[in-house]
Amino acid sequence: MLARLATKRLLEIRQAFRQAPQASRSLSTALNYHVDTPDNKPDLPWEFSDTNKNKVKEILSHYPSNYKQSAVIPLLDLAQQQHGGWLPVSAMNAVAKVIEVAPIRVYEVATFYSMFNRSKVGKYHLLVCGTTPCMIRGSRDIEDALLKHLGVKRNEVTKDGLFSVGEMECMGCCVNAPMITVADYSSGSEGYTYNYYEDVTPKRVVEIVEALRRGEKPPRGTQNPNRINCGPAGGNATLLGEPKPPPCRDLDAC
Amino acid sequence: MGLGLLASRALRSTRAFSPLNPRNVRTIVSTPELQKPEAAAAVAQPEADLPKRTPVAGARVHLPNPEDAIEVFVDGYPVKIPKGMTVLQACELAGVDIPRFCYHNRLSIAGNCRMCLVEVEKSPKPVASCAMPALPGMKIKTDTPLAKKAREGVMEFLLMNHPLDCPICDQGGECDLQDQSMAFGSDRGRFTEMKRSVVDKNLGPLVKTVMTRCIQCTRCVRFATEVAGVQDLGMLGRGSGEEIGTYVEKLMTSELSGNVIDICPVGALTSKPFAFKARNWELKGTETIDVTDAVGSNIRIDSRGPEVMRILPRLNEDINEEWISDKTRFCYDGLKRQRLNDPMIRGADGRFKAVSWRDALAVVAEAMHQVKPEEIVGVAGKLSDAESMMSLKDFLNRMGSNNVWCEGNGVHTNADLRSSYLLNSSISGLENADVFLLVGTQPRVEAAMVNARIQKAVRATHAKVGYVGPASEFNYDHQHLGTGPETLKEIAEGRHPFCSALKNAKNPAIIVGAGIFERNDKDAVFSVVEAIAKQGNVIRPDWNGFNVLLLNAAQAASLDLGLVPESDNSIESAKVVYLMGADDVNLETLPNDAFVVYQGHHGDRGVYRANVILPAAAFSEKEGTYENTEGCAQQTLPAVPTVGDARDDWKIIRALSEVAGARLPYDTLGAIRSRMRIVAPNLLHMDEREPATFSASLKPECNEKMSTSPFGTAVENFYMTDAITRASKIMAQCSALLSKQ
Repeated sequence: MLARLATKRLLEIRQAFRQAPQASRSLSTALNYHVDTPDNKPDLPWEFSDTNKNKVKEILSHYPSNYKQSAVIPLLDLAQQQHGGWLPVSAMNAVAKVIEVAPIRVYEVATFYSMFNRSKVGKYHLLVCGTTPCMIRGSRDIEDALLKHLGVKRNEVTKDGLFSVGEMECMGCCVNAPMITVADYSSGSEGYTYNYYEDVTPKRVVEIVEALRRGEKPPRGTQNPNRINCGPAGGNATLLGEPKPPPCRDLDAC
Repeated sequence: MGLGLLASRALRSTRAFSPLNPRNVRTIVSTPELQKPEAAAAVAQPEADLPKRTPVAGARVHLPNPEDAIEVFVDGYPVKIPKGMTVLQACELAGVDIPRFCYHNRLSIAGNCRMCLVEVEKSPKPVASCAMPALPGMKIKTDTPLAKKAREGVMEFLLMNHPLDCPICDQGGECDLQDQSMAFGSDRGRFTEMKRSVVDKNLGPLVKTVMTRCIQCTRCVRFATEVAGVQDLGMLGRGSGEEIGTYVEKLMTSELSGNVIDICPVGALTSKPFAFKARNWELKGTETIDVTDAVGSNIRIDSRGPEVMRILPRLNEDINEEWISDKTRFCYDGLKRQRLNDPMIRGADGRFKAVSWRDALAVVAEAMHQVKPEEIVGVAGKLSDAESMMSLKDFLNRMGSNNVWCEGNGVHTNADLRSSYLLNSSISGLENADVFLLVGTQPRVEAAMVNARIQKAVRATHAKVGYVGPASEFNYDHQHLGTGPETLKEIAEGRHPFCSALKNAKNPAIIVGAGIFERNDKDAVFSVVEAIAKQGNVIRPDWNGFNVLLLNAAQAASLDLGLVPESDNSIESAKVVYLMGADDVNLETLPNDAFVVYQGHHGDRGVYRANVILPAAAFSEKEGTYENTEGCAQQTLPAVPTVGDARDDWKIIRALSEVAGARLPYDTLGAIRSRMRIVAPNLLHMDEREPATFSASLKPECNEKMSTSPFGTAVENFYMTDAITRASKIMAQCSALLSKQ
């Protein structure tokens, strides 16, 4: 009896230890090294589209001709929009060729920023803010609701290729926490939008997802009907009149 | 309170209050007057009382412009330094060694390890001394509690994710992190979480990676980019997920890749062939010279007992700085394979039979006496030292033959003017050149260290490089002007666009490859190159930019000693051929009844045709003089004993001369060197570059015409050029994996 209890306890302890240790928290969608897959290989051809070639020229014109490499971030962003929200290694090589640097210098930048997705994402990439204010206001529940509704894991694409869910650092909407961002890659770099949906609830995010699935464009900004932008719910309670200027600013009186 | 802490406290108190010699007391607080009256007195009258400090590692400072000197104070000691030096360099001059990981004086400054933090007066927080320029009157404090605490804190962070696997790490015992954590780290850590782990990268057959040990100093990334000139490595990811890698699986295809092993301060990049073979404290170091190319890189052979375990570079600013090529570093396993260890005679059945030295020498002497003197031919190999070449020449001359030469020197060997076969600008002098014209040479495979200098010049001053020769790979920007003598003629006649670059250059350098020596129209090619040199004002009293890049370690010394054959087709009529380590000499035209003696250390190409084998010592086993391509004589020293019954080359020839009845008059190395002093005194000026006295303009006019055939490649495979490297397994792996790409 005692022996059985002891084994049981031991198993429990082992179970507790066996749980994967907290890996270093990374918001990136892919590993720090490239693994060849059928849709992501260095020898696949990749080029900027004709309209984007003009945009490339425009972007390069912002920088002196001997500092072309400064354009690496806007060009990677453009390439990502063109390629449906993610950067295959051949796209990074194409950018390296445009700015005349070794490919590794582009890989360094692309792996540094978590906003560059180096593995496939959905047409609508949903990014849940995970920073403290949003977390306190329930961003974990928002993410759980999204993942449960779509039936995927984080950074995994739904079967129809429409949605993927990721996490992001603070995007400065703490006053309207919690919030999600929808990166819309459904219509290429021309119709690319990057909208904030604030004051969301687990129920509201599911509605937003369903609206996107139907091809609608749900109104961006706060989802709380009682609020205007980041004003308080139910209208202003303070600062109702015209603000009085501080007396010392009246320079003529001095 | 732990024992260690108690002990350290006890030590500290005895140190701080030691009444012995106030001069040797180094205060550990920033306000010594509060602690000790003596120290306050010392502060009151500085300079006079301060003991003289010697700079770290004998660092010297050159003040080109005395007005530009500024004075800073390191721990109260005044130091004069030139403007633009960093705080760390000032501390080094003051004799204070600042701990560092990412800083390396031959690489750009990164400032990301933070180990070099020091306190600077009036600065609110510790400053990273490697990246901070020293300002006039700066008061730097390296020994204060603030600096010590900062170092201890940084060390704790570095050790947070560093595995505790020193017992199984090859860097153990020569690890910067190990040493510095002993010196500056805390005796305990507070980190209880899981350590991170990183996937190992495959960088090829030479460099082993254990990326979990990496501390992200980025020295290897900067080395690959700045010195090796291959942009393969990079820093991927961010924060705690940061790692060194190539992103796309890629081998490091640089001929200098082995140097990342030396610059890695931890065990993340170690030598693959040396892995788990030995500990560094078991090894005996012998300072010697590399012979796999004509550069003569300074190396240290680390041996254990009779075995060479590894080869490391030695600092020589004029030749190899502190790098060596992969061929130099990893050829050592060739020294253990395919060695000849007994004298052997080929029997009637075509098989070799081991015999005694007495019998072998008697057979050779008899064969030599049976033929006419002019039918004896001697060929020195590319790895021969000057002493043995001297004795070979003396011996054959005494036998009545003057057909003795060194392989690689080609036809119509011309040894009259030293300037026509030396790298006259000197290897370090190439850094000052602003335009290079490479004629029939691929320095990347012929002399990797010379190529590194050209790369350095291109990177530092945007020097232009023009190249005439077959399509080849370069690791710097270059213009491929053409493939053959046609282009050369165009440049000489001023019809080529590259002419204007040559004319406008301040210090133009022309480098001619020794592969040209093998061409029949070599004199014509050289006269055209000299014409170009004359036009471009390449040879001036203050600058000599006319260079020949030799291929083999023996070449320069053999030409200095006058190993020039009497006739160019002596091989066709030879009856006795004496190969002294010569494996690449073309024996196809040799008559079938010729008697071939092979004296050497490896069973390589020369052995196939040999009738008698005389085993000799390799460069790691003998004392010998080698002259490198710039005319600097250097000496190898024996690191390990010879294998089997092998003997030094000169001793074999000395013994043979006795048996053959033409006794050479020297019995010691010293005696041979006195003989060399008569022929080529510069070979006795060790470690000194002896520039050529007369310029090539004294040459007689050449009326030959250049053929139209394009220049060839002198070195087909960088990793396998001589008997030692051809016997090496590691070099075979390298040429299979790396040369293909």
